Formats: sequence, C-alpha cells, structure tokens
Amino acid sequence: MNIKEWIFTTDHKRVGILYLIGSIAAFVVAGIMAGLMRAELSAIGPTVTANPTTYNVWLYAHGAIMILGFQIPALTGFFANYCIPLMIGAKDVAFPRVNALSVWLFYVGVILALLTFVIPDPPDVLWTGYPPYSTITTGNTAFYTFTVLTLGFASIIGGVNFLTTVVYMRAPGITWNKLNIFVWCILGAFVMQLIFVPVLGSAVTLISFDKYLGTHFFDPANGGDVLTYQNLFWFYSHPAVYVIFLPYIGVVFEIVATFAKNHVFNYKAAVYGGVGGIVLISGEVWIHHLYVSGMPDWLRIGQMVSTLMISVPVGLLVISLVGTLYKGAISFETPMLYALGVVFLFLIGGLTGIPLAVTALTLNLSETYYVVGHFHYVMAVAGTFAIFGGVYYWFPKMTGKMYSEFWGKTGFWVTFVGVNAVFWVMMDIGVKIGLPRRYYDYAQFPEALQSQQIMSMGAAVIAVGAAITILNWIIGAIQGPKAGNNPWGSQSFEWTTVSPPPHGNWPSPPSAAESWNPYAYGKR
Amino acid sequence: MHKQRRLPGCRTGAVWLGGLASWLMASMVQAGEKLHDPARGWDHLWNEVLVDITVIGIVFAIIAAYFVIRYRRTSPGQQGSATGLSAAAAVAWVVIPGFVFLADDLYIAAQGWSLWNTYRDVPADRLEVTLESGMYSWDYTYANGVRTQNELIVPAGKPVMLKMHSRDTIHSHYLPDFRVKEDSMPGRVTYLWFLPKEAGKEHLVTCTEYCGVMHSYMAGKVIVKTEAEFKTWLDQETAKLGNKAKMT
Repeated sequence: MNIKEWIFTTDHKRVGILYLIGSIAAFVVAGIMAGLMRAELSAIGPTVTANPTTYNVWLYAHGAIMILGFQIPALTGFFANYCIPLMIGAKDVAFPRVNALSVWLFYVGVILALLTFVIPDPPDVLWTGYPPYSTITTGNTAFYTFTVLTLGFASIIGGVNFLTTVVYMRAPGITWNKLNIFVWCILGAFVMQLIFVPVLGSAVTLISFDKYLGTHFFDPANGGDVLTYQNLFWFYSHPAVYVIFLPYIGVVFEIVATFAKNHVFNYKAAVYGGVGGIVLISGEVWIHHLYVSGMPDWLRIGQMVSTLMISVPVGLLVISLVGTLYKGAISFETPMLYALGVVFLFLIGGLTGIPLAVTALTLNLSETYYVVGHFHYVMAVAGTFAIFGGVYYWFPKMTGKMYSEFWGKTGFWVTFVGVNAVFWVMMDIGVKIGLPRRYYDYAQFPEALQSQQIMSMGAAVIAVGAAITILNWIIGAIQGPKAGNNPWGSQSFEWTTVSPPPHGNWPSPPSAAESWNPYAYGKR
Repeated sequence: MHKQRRLPGCRTGAVWLGGLASWLMASMVQAGEKLHDPARGWDHLWNEVLVDITVIGIVFAIIAAYFVIRYRRTSPGQQGSATGLSAAAAVAWVVIPGFVFLADDLYIAAQGWSLWNTYRDVPADRLEVTLESGMYSWDYTYANGVRTQNELIVPAGKPVMLKMHSRDTIHSHYLPDFRVKEDSMPGRVTYLWFLPKEAGKEHLVTCTEYCGVMHSYMAGKVIVKTEAEFKTWLDQETAKLGNKAKMT
C-alpha cells in the first residue's frame, strides 16, 4: 500500500475512503471550534478570548466546515462513492477519473477552509455570508467564496457521475424497484445538488464581486438589494438540509432493515412519496429562513403552508422506518444503536421544526438558541449519528476487520447523553428567555448562565464520545479481528462480494437473481 | 359527451372535507377575536403547537419502543416475519397518514395565519417611532423629532409601531418580552408593533441578526411609563429640542 497509489486512485472505494478521512478530519477541526465556543460561553464576559472577532471566526469555521467539509462530503462523498457501485453491482462509477478530480477538489476546499486559521484576516461572515456585512468586513470574504465554489464544484461533478452510474450501470436484475433506499436517497440528493448548487455559487460569487470588484448587486445605495442574496443563499441552503437528510435517512434504512432482518415497510411509499416528495417540495420552502427579514407578507404565509407540508413526505419516511421494525428480529449491535438513536433524535428535531414553520411563532423563535437546538437535533446530530452508524455498519466491508463492539456501544451512549444535554437545554433556554444565537457574550441574559454551563459540560461529554468512536475505528482498522464477508447476514448486494472488495468489485460482472431483493428477509 | 362517473365514497369525503373546512374557519374567526395582543397570542399558539408535537412525538416513540422491545431477536439466525403489504394496504398507508398530517398542517397553518394577521395589522391608535439601527446602537426618532438612543420610552396601554431601517449592516430589533423581532436593513423599510402594558417596567431590546464584531453587545431597553409621565417626558424633550433649535 503506497501513498501515491491512494492519491492517484480512480477506484470508487478508495476515493470514498479518501472522502471519509478528509471529512472526519474536518469534523475534528470543526468540533474543536465548537469546544472553544462552549468554553467561551461557560461564563459571562471574556473567558477564552477577549477578542469577539476570534469567537466569530470559530463560529464561521464551525458552521462552514461541519456542513460543507464534513456532513455533505461524508454523506454524498464517502457513502455514495463507497456503496453505490457495490449496491448496484457495478465495477466502478461511470467516470472514475472525474470522480478522482472531485475528491481532489474536496481536499482543496478543505485546505482553503483550514487556511482560515493561518491567514491574518480570517473570514468572519458565518457560513451564511450575508451582505452588507460580508462586503464591508475586514475579514477575507474571498476565502469564503472560493471555499464554497470549490466544494460546490466537487459536488456538482459528483452528481453528474452518480446519476449516470445509477441510470446506466445497474447489474442485470437490479431494477428500479429493487434499488436500495439509500441509492434512491443519493439520487434525490444529487438531483437537488445539480439544481441548487449553481444558485449558491452565483450568490457567493456576487458578494466577492461587490467587495473586490466594486459591483453593487447587494448595495442599496447604488440600486442593489441586500435581500437578493438571502433569497439566493437559502434557495440553495434549505435544499442543502435535504441533501444531508436524505442520504443519512438512507443509511439508517439500510441499517434498520439489516438488523431487524425485515422488509422495508411500504418501500414504494418511502421512495416515491418520501424521497420524491422531499425533492419536489425542497425548492418551495426557503422563505422560512427569511420570516423576519422583511419579505412580503404573502410569501411569508404561502411558504408557511408549503413548509408545514414537508411533514407529509417526511412522515411517510418515518412510518416506513418504524414499520420496518414491526415483526422484525432485531439485534442491537453498534450500527443499530446509532440508527435507533437517529430515529429518536430525528423525532425531536423534526417535530420541533413545526413551530418554526409557523411564521408568527418564528417572529419570536427566529435567531434564538431554540433554532440552533432544533437544527442540531434534526440535521447536525441526527446526521452525524447516521454517519457514525454507517461507518460502523460498512466497517467490516471496507476493512475486512471488526471493530470493538464494547467501545462502539460505549462511544454511542456517551455521545448520546452529551448531545441531549447540550441541545435539549439549548432549545429550552431559547424558548424561555429568547437567548439569541451567535453571541460572543450574553451580559444582558444573566439568567442563561446555568444552562450555558450545562451545555458546556455536555460538549465535553460529546468530545469524549467522539474520541472513543474515532479511536475505535483506527484501532479496529489496524488490528481488528477478521470479520468475514457478510458479518451482519445482510441481503443487500454490496455484501455478495468479498470484504474488502478488490479493484473492480467482482471477479466477473455479477447479476441479481429473479428472487433477489436487498430486503428479502424472512420467507424465501 | 363523456359519462360522469362517481367515485365510491366521494360524497362522504366531501362531507368530511366540508366539515373540516368550516371547523378551520370557525376556529380562525374565534382565534382572531380572542387575540388583540400579539405577545399573548404567541404564548397561546405556542402552547397549542407544543401539545400537538408532543402528542405526535410520544405516539411515534411509544410505537417504536414497543416494536424494539417486542421484536428483539431471540435466537441467532432468526429472520423477520413481516409479510409484504397488499396494494390496497400500501395505498391506505399513504393516503390515511397523509390526510392526517395534512389536516394537522392546515389546522396549524390556519391558526398561524390568524396570529400573523394580528402581528401585521397595526391598530390605528398607535405611537409611531422611526428606528435607525447601526453598528452598534438603536436610534429612535419620535414623530416630533425627539431622539433617543438605546432607550425607547413608551406609554403603557398604547400600541407602539417601529418603522425601521439600517445605516450599515443588517440588524434585528428583538423584544423577547413582546415575542417579536424584525430585521432592519439599508434600502428597505420594515416594521413591527407591540403592546406595552405595565407602566414602570423595563423590557430588553437586543440584536438578533449578526451585524459585526460587537453584535452581542448591541442591547437597549424599552421603558414603559404611564400616559401622563410619558407626556411630561415628551414635552420636556420637545422643549429641549426647541431650545437647541433657537440656540443654533
């Protein structure tokens, strides 16, 4: 195994693992930023740094890196790359070299994001980059623009690759209605990326034009409009939530079906109603991020209704997921704990989103800790739990080895306690006193101190849990016992080849039997 | 000419839908009459939605927990025993939950719309104040030109409307006690209103749109006075203003 082979690899599995390594590194860096913020907030007044700009840079780095450097690349980079060709019986993706380009671009993007910490004028525009602030700050907005463009471009070419792969490279017998739910979720996610990423790209390009080239797109003094940016940004960034949600719920479906040894309940409802419905509705709800931004009243009401209607496709997915447990034969290895954890976290996160869909309620809740708690439950934490569970689930596939079940479960429970201590308290204090987010200090809210301290302790607990998890993977990959080709007894197609699969995946092109189905458990 | 065909159950469905619609409208009208104060309306609707989501959450959680416990694997190699759904059952499992979710959505949306109207329809008898926000202060200007900074002085019992804009970045004027905020930005005028009730009380104003380095320190207060006190104060300030004008 030499390093050059890895860097210049075109094998989808290695590209996937490169994505995984990069995104876990990004997760660690962004997690350290969260830890620094929690330390800063553990007391009123300056704690870790006396300079609010430093705090704002952490805030920027935490959000931008977690979303653009960790979750999206881990889900649509690592899982998609590693699993999709294996799940559809293909020897690789349609365009392997383009795939290699996409992972290189991803690393360039991550390096750009990490340069934040060495340049003298780091960007401090949050992950949202709203003008006019982003066009007048002394922070380096160009870094933000180029980071987003690079990662966005990596994602677009990944999208073209995977859509082509799934449409054209399915093995004989793997028909549309026998695709893994995860494959459908990735298709949905990439359709959205292809539609919406260019909009984000234009938005962040225009702020750099305004700042460095003297244009006036968002400058009202010269005929521009500051709200245009917010519309463009959220027209992408709300669908981006589903670009994270769909793959992670797809991973959870695979785990739940395998560990419950059961059919997916109402497969077609989940695929066509759930995944399809979310893709369809994703572009009609962005105004709920702009409920207090001075948008026209009719838009704020119209998109309240469309936002609430997301509950229908999401509800179908949850019913399918919970229904898959019905009459199952459930076992509780680490991946399953994470999957069930996601169901729990998603229930809280999803349902606490309903008040935020209601325009009038958001007039109070918007920009408070309640919002931050909500989206951490629904996207950040549930997504990360799905990623952790998925890495555990396909760990024997990737390495041919087994991780430590004891440390896996320990890591799960520690992290689970930590995230609830942080984010439940966060929502609670957000509603009770309206504590605003993105505050370096909160002198005007002295009653928040105790909650802040509980959250800071919770963050430390999460750090311990995440460290146990990552160490467990590293140690398992180096010295874990042999796992066998299909340790979970899964029916899904990726487990029909040896673990780890060789270059080309199968010795000769495989085909699926008439009776094959990724969820064909129970009766034969 | 094509023959009209009636779908089975069509009439029953229409009756149900009609019933649902009239119930929704009735509850909207009722809600509209009850709530003259957005802040009170907010607390009312929040509690209602909280009950709604708690019930849904508990139902799903109990079902999931029951399945997890009831269908544990008892012997290695055991497989699930669920059979596939019939076509009718599969459709029913889409239509019925879909209808229930949609009905709940529309019910919440109707309530939310009604409260939204309370938030946006400012009573005619009101005190209007112009707000210019900037890094990092709230600058209020009363109709007669009296200006204050970071202190909004208002009479109890009278609706206060703020007409807002910003001289630099985007800020958001948040009044946690009055359950309302709205962004202020350059190039557009936005508004919000609230109803101060108790004279002698002070309420926090704080910025909730990231506006720059000192964002978290951008705070002020609303000071509520009795109508008489407010008038005295305003007259004094107006007089000062007049003196200033004479001096220059």
